[in-house]
Amino acid sequence: MAPLNDTPAGALKIRVKRKIYPASGVRAEQPVLKDIAIDIEPRSFVVLTGPSGCGKSTLLNIIAGLDSEYEGEVALGGPDTRLGYIFQSPRLLPWRTVYENIALALPDGDARHGRIEDMLRQVGLEGFSSQYPERLSLGMQRRAALARGFITEPDVLLMDEPFVSLDDPTAQGLRELLIGLWNRRPTTVIFVTHDRAESVMLGTRILRMSGTNATIVQDETVRLSPSERTDRDKVLAEQRRIFRET
Amino acid sequence: MQRLNTASRARSDQSLLVRVAWGLGSIAGFLLFWEVMALIIQHRHLPTPTVVFSAMMRELASGELLYHIGVTLYRVVIAFAVAMLIGSSIGIFLGRNARADRFFDSWLILFLNLPALVIIILCYVWFGRTEVAAITAVAVNKIPNVAVTVREGARSLSRDLAEMAHMYRFGRWKTLRHVTLPQLAPFFLASARTGLSLVWKIVLVVELLGRSNGVGFQLGTYFQMFDVSMILAYALAFIILVQLIEFGILQPIAARVNRWRR
Repeated sequence: MAPLNDTPAGALKIRVKRKIYPASGVRAEQPVLKDIAIDIEPRSFVVLTGPSGCGKSTLLNIIAGLDSEYEGEVALGGPDTRLGYIFQSPRLLPWRTVYENIALALPDGDARHGRIEDMLRQVGLEGFSSQYPERLSLGMQRRAALARGFITEPDVLLMDEPFVSLDDPTAQGLRELLIGLWNRRPTTVIFVTHDRAESVMLGTRILRMSGTNATIVQDETVRLSPSERTDRDKVLAEQRRIFRET
Repeated sequence: MQRLNTASRARSDQSLLVRVAWGLGSIAGFLLFWEVMALIIQHRHLPTPTVVFSAMMRELASGELLYHIGVTLYRVVIAFAVAMLIGSSIGIFLGRNARADRFFDSWLILFLNLPALVIIILCYVWFGRTEVAAITAVAVNKIPNVAVTVREGARSLSRDLAEMAHMYRFGRWKTLRHVTLPQLAPFFLASARTGLSLVWKIVLVVELLGRSNGVGFQLGTYFQMFDVSMILAYALAFIILVQLIEFGILQPIAARVNRWRR
């Protein structure tokens, strides 16, 4: 990852010419991504959407720097971009309490009690700080993962379908929580989902991916004001416009 | 939530009580069986528990028992600690490094199958009948076991959590302490528990063959006199001590390490 010195923190320049999963065992090599070029403005909420298995998570891992086996370049704006990653499973440390899990994400000097308690309150986990993650419901574990993602105040926050396998009201509650957190502290978000309604409700910009050797097939700005995002009808109308549904 | 916790604690208290009662009952049953058999057979090489117990009391009063048990315990603790430290390091290294693992795997199998007695004899021959040789011999016997167990743990370390730690900039020390070691804890515990019983048995052999104190040395002495009651007295005293370590140290550690589990 090369720094982009002339652009502000939170900006990204993503160029993935080719990404191939090498052959292993009986499986032949498998091309996943090709010719992807995305420029992202600071503090935009970009949703990567497309059918399951089209390589969205792979692209996210490339952006995160977890996967470096590809042809291309990902450049981050600013001198020391802080990345946050909220994974598809909460990935909390089961042997540490909710509080400790969040505190551990902060540099040692920054883990102040008040700040963590405040974040727990914001995600609705007050009173659960001394619980171990496995004793919480999946929805609450995801809240803790959100708190951990936001407390580090990242310049770029990557989210990989963080609300899957939740019942609809719980997922909706978490989406509203995410909108609230993001409005309070706008940061660049790259959010992966295959759920169209979710992509419209959350994103300021939607990038659609498609194909077996996937690339970006559509780049759309979402025309919704913050207050319209919790209005189901407005979201549905915008979803129909963007995805050309009838 | 609170009430549920109290209820389950009460249940586990009760089951602890039941377990202890069963344990004591079982031991009492064994002692009774032994006493009856000894009375029926009536041979001086099969003393009754009462005779063994009075032998133990005599040895305790003279200070001999405590001295030799102390010496043996010291050797057990040192050899155990050395074996855990070195064995764990080897296990973690091999578990994280596939190429080294492929190369050293047969070494490990060789050492696993090397008889304890051979290692002890070689250590005494090469390093002389010294304290260091004795402890080295015990540790070398135990190291491959620890390494194999901990290697299993190191192989199964979660990649998901490693990525999480990387993204949140845990750094080396925080990752080790909060991500890696907790995942290895069950494997450390497993090798500690099997290790304790293995180590103290080997320490006795080492003492028998090349030391002039310790429980093993005493057993050798009383073997020459065919004093079976004293041999049983020492063995029983040490079994009791090892059980105390298990209940007093290892089990509380296990409970603490596992407290986050549902």
